[in-house]
Amino acid sequence: MQQTLKTIALSLALGIAAAGAASAEPVKVGFAAEPYPPFTSPDASGNWEGWEVEFQKAVCAEAKLDCVITPVAWDGIIPALTSKKIDIIIGSMSITEERLKTIDFSDKYYNTPTGVIGAKGVAFDATPEGLKGKTIGVQVSTVHQDYANKYFGENGATVKEYQTQDEANNDLAAGRIDAVQADAIALDAFLKSDQGQDCCEMKGNVKDDPAILGAGVGIGLRKGEDELKAKLNAAIKAIRENGTYDTFSKKYFDFDIYGG
Amino acid sequence: MAADTIINWGLLALEPPGWGGVLLRGLLNSIQIAIGGYAFGLLLGVGGAFGKLYGGPILRDLMECYTTIVRAVPELVLILLLYYAGTDALNHVLNLVGIGTVDISGLAAGIFVIGVVQGAYSTEVLRGAIKAVPAGQIEAARAYGMSPFKVMTRVTLPAMLPYAIPGLSNLWLIATKDTALLAVVGFSELTLVTRQAAGATKAYILFFCAAGALYLALTLVSNVFIKIIERHSRRGFVEQS
Amino acid sequence: MTDVTPPDVTTHAMAILPEDLPTAGSFFKPHRIVLLLIAAALVFCIVWFMRWDWLPQYLPRLGYGIVVTLAMLFSTSILGFLLAVPLGLVQVTGPWPLKALASGFCTIIRGTPLLLQLWLLYYGLGSIFPQTGIRHSFLWPYLRESWPYGVAALTISFAAYEGEVMRGAFAGVPAGELEAARAYGMSRWTLFRRIWLPRAIHRALPTLNGETVLQLKATPLVATITVIDVYAVISKVRQDTYITYEPLLLLALIYMCLTGILVVAFRYLENRIPTRGA
Repeated sequence: MQQTLKTIALSLALGIAAAGAASAEPVKVGFAAEPYPPFTSPDASGNWEGWEVEFQKAVCAEAKLDCVITPVAWDGIIPALTSKKIDIIIGSMSITEERLKTIDFSDKYYNTPTGVIGAKGVAFDATPEGLKGKTIGVQVSTVHQDYANKYFGENGATVKEYQTQDEANNDLAAGRIDAVQADAIALDAFLKSDQGQDCCEMKGNVKDDPAILGAGVGIGLRKGEDELKAKLNAAIKAIRENGTYDTFSKKYFDFDIYGG
Repeated sequence: MAADTIINWGLLALEPPGWGGVLLRGLLNSIQIAIGGYAFGLLLGVGGAFGKLYGGPILRDLMECYTTIVRAVPELVLILLLYYAGTDALNHVLNLVGIGTVDISGLAAGIFVIGVVQGAYSTEVLRGAIKAVPAGQIEAARAYGMSPFKVMTRVTLPAMLPYAIPGLSNLWLIATKDTALLAVVGFSELTLVTRQAAGATKAYILFFCAAGALYLALTLVSNVFIKIIERHSRRGFVEQS
Repeated sequence: MTDVTPPDVTTHAMAILPEDLPTAGSFFKPHRIVLLLIAAALVFCIVWFMRWDWLPQYLPRLGYGIVVTLAMLFSTSILGFLLAVPLGLVQVTGPWPLKALASGFCTIIRGTPLLLQLWLLYYGLGSIFPQTGIRHSFLWPYLRESWPYGVAALTISFAAYEGEVMRGAFAGVPAGELEAARAYGMSRWTLFRRIWLPRAIHRALPTLNGETVLQLKATPLVATITVIDVYAVISKVRQDTYITYEPLLLLALIYMCLTGILVVAFRYLENRIPTRGA
């Protein structure tokens, strides 16, 4: 009887796994399942919209890949990639030395400065001295977390880590923290929102440190998938050259997000 | 955001720009995972309970380890471990057996992790229930020359059901609430879509309360069915006051 | 199904209890020795072949995280129990508005996921702070922190589950005992203080074991609202090092040890206070 039971249990486990097995080949595009305007944010019909969603569509179309959007938790996005739950990351992920030890990146597809925002009426600037004694919010597993810990945390500021950017912005609006460090474009989108307009203002960009902040944002992929990497690089190059990139970028930004 | 109305009910409308439809789809996902995980857990539980009661010493000890670990480690930790490592390990095993890797969807992974957790709980509930079945009934079935499998399906399972139902119905309610933990791994069930909706609209209190109402409705509706099933299963029992 | 109430069965199924502890002698069976050897080999493989070089660096923070987890556990269990007593009592004897309020409270809390309640408290309340004058109140230094919300949510949840138990415990005190007390001429308050409450708590004590272990299993949720407990420390390791499995395995081990210590402590207490079968 034990044998029967074991067989039943095993076949069931396999059955469920097999039922979940999708037909082969589509590329699963992972990005963080959270609002990160203007790059990715969910809309009321359950779809995702934003600059990065358009970028993803353009790249997949150019590279003739059958892409499926697969939202995952940001703090688990690299394990999700290495355990093959997703195949590529298009999630505003900066290319850094640290990450390159674990995963691979395509060429960069945008590069923006890093800013700090804070409550209106409290004057300070985005320097270690200005943030001394203040609490600064960052998103976990980001270059901003590393930067804030090194430059502000070791100089008398408290660094508070949030699972999503949205939570950090929210706690700034609620007054629980004094400042938020993040991508300047994402912060700008927040400052333009109703909530951000009421509470906060830009305090300036931080001093660049390419070793931590990286050299722009690239598509993350598993190591050793050189064929896919070449395809993605070619696609990024193509949409840059044929004007597609500029067309959809103009809908969101009045400057060149690709950076120098 | 207009300050004249504190609550903007329009945000809950079923059609965009309202987020009601998204919430309901999230609820549907939650229910799917709860049903799948519960059923998978029940099967694991039947196997586990019989293994614990009638299995050899080694099987019994392995089952004991399984239930002890699940009962001592927080669900959230188990879910993370199973979600990242469990599906990976399953693929390794399948590879070794020679079936080749399968592409495990988020839904299947969710059902798998909830099922493994529920399996340990239902093992314990069912073991208690089987022990409550008078031993004479099972002995009588054996004396008739029934095969062990037949004893299980014809006598043990039906006879223990009334004893198991209160515990099993509680486990169902727990399964529905445990699905919320999948929000932490980014699965689009009710709690996560609620947070996305709240984050996008900044109407936190409205959406969290709406999701709470949906979960509560699920519990209350379940309770009605549980009452019916309990009454049905206790037919022929002497009412105890 | 004679004297065991269903909630008890479920709690036992979900939380390990003192009676599940193995005896020392039970390990010396031949097959168990073999199994233990296999387990030891497995542990050795995990230690030897997986990456643990990050561990020394994070040890102090892990210790701090464990302290936070335990502080959360004990403060919320005690506060929750104190809240559960009145919740149970008014459901048994209170006037109907209070009765309805208390049972409605228990139903709502027990019918919704703790994670949702936690987020409602933290982010929901946070979103209305800008519109209120609360930032200038004396409470602000506390409301600014995240742990009060964790404590509040865990306390409320514990109170709701244990309140249901207390209701049964109050209702289950034999009427004869209360009548005897009344016949002695005790006032209502004396009767409550001397007979009803102690007897009800005595009846509810065995359930506290399970509820407390379940509460420990609920504490890691507070990490999602930025409280740095042991779960949050492990999350930080995962994010800093991009190692997934090793930190999670260690975390599971830590929780197993905490649960084990808790259960052993309960067995010790149980042996000193004879409660079973009361």
